[in-house]
Amino acid sequence: MSSRVAVVVFPGSNCEQDAVTAIEYLGSESEYVWHLDTDLGAFDAVVLPGGFAYGDYLRTGAIAAFSPVMEAVRDFASRGGPVLGICNGFQILCESGLLPGALRRNAGLKFRCVPVNLRVETSDSLLTSEYKKGEVIEIPINHFEGNYICSSETLEQLRGEDRVAFRYCDSAGALTAESNPNGALDSIAGILNEGRNVLGMMPHPERAVDPAVGGTDGQAILRSLLKSLTSS
Amino acid sequence: MKFRFAVDVMPKKEISDPQGQTVERALPSLGYPGISQVRVGKRITLEVEADSEDAARDLLERASERVLSNPVIEEFEIEAAESSGAGR
Repeated sequence: MSSRVAVVVFPGSNCEQDAVTAIEYLGSESEYVWHLDTDLGAFDAVVLPGGFAYGDYLRTGAIAAFSPVMEAVRDFASRGGPVLGICNGFQILCESGLLPGALRRNAGLKFRCVPVNLRVETSDSLLTSEYKKGEVIEIPINHFEGNYICSSETLEQLRGEDRVAFRYCDSAGALTAESNPNGALDSIAGILNEGRNVLGMMPHPERAVDPAVGGTDGQAILRSLLKSLTSS
Repeated sequence: MKFRFAVDVMPKKEISDPQGQTVERALPSLGYPGISQVRVGKRITLEVEADSEDAARDLLERASERVLSNPVIEEFEIEAAESSGAGR
C-alpha cells in the first residue's frame, strides 16, 4: 500500500513542486492541499514547503499560521501524524506554536543560497530515523530569515530532550562560527516538537534527493518519513 | 466611534537585532560616525471601531499580542494617535 503525503500550498509557496517531485522520486504518492482546506483525513503525512506564504507580510509565516489548513495540521500533529516544515514551512510551524522559538533575519542581513554541512543530532524521530547520529550531510539552504532564536529555558529544554535535529557544522562536523550561515542560536538548523513527530528545518532536503541535481543527502529525511508510514 | 492608534513593534531588548546591528555597522562608513544602539522595528498605524477608547485599546492589546507581534522576539507599545485627521 502506498502512503499519501499532503503537500500544503499557501498563496506564495514556491517549493511545493520540489517536494512532490522528491516524494514521488522515492516511490510515494503526494497531493497538493490548498490553504483553505480543513480536512487532512485522507493523508498519512504532511509537508509544509518553502516559499513566501502570504508574501510573508508582517513576519515570515505569521499570516499563514492563521490559515484554515493550519487548524487541521495542528490536529493532525496532535494525533502523532508526521509533519515536516521546510524553510518557510519551519517559520510557519514556529509562528503557529507547533514548534518553539522564532526565525529572524540572517546575521549580517545576507540572503544565503548555498549548500551547507549539517550534523545529524538525533536519529530518534519519525523524520530522522534513517540517519546515523553524528553523521555529516550536505543540503542546500535558501533563505533570508533562518536565524533561529528561543529563550534560554527553551534552549535548555531542546537540548535536554534531544530535540535539536540538525546543527550547521563544517565538513568534519565541528560547530564553528564560519560554518553557521545565518547566526542561528547554538547553530540550530532544525528542531523537533515534544512528540518527535513534527520537524522544522531551514535547509531543503527535497532539493538533495536526485543525484542529478544537488546530491542525495536529503533522501533519508523523506525515507524516514515514508518508512514510518509503512511500518505503522 | 473610531479611535486611531499606532503600535510600535520592536525587537526585545535582551535579544540581538541583526537589522539594527547591520545598519549601525554601515553608518560610519557612509560618513555618519558616533551613532550607536540602533534597533530596527516597525510602526503600525490603524483605526479601531469601538464604543470607548478603553474598549478599543483592549481589543488592540489582544490583537498586538497574538498577531501584530511575535512575543518570542518582539515587544510592542500602543500609542493613541490624534483622532482628527484634519490638515494632514
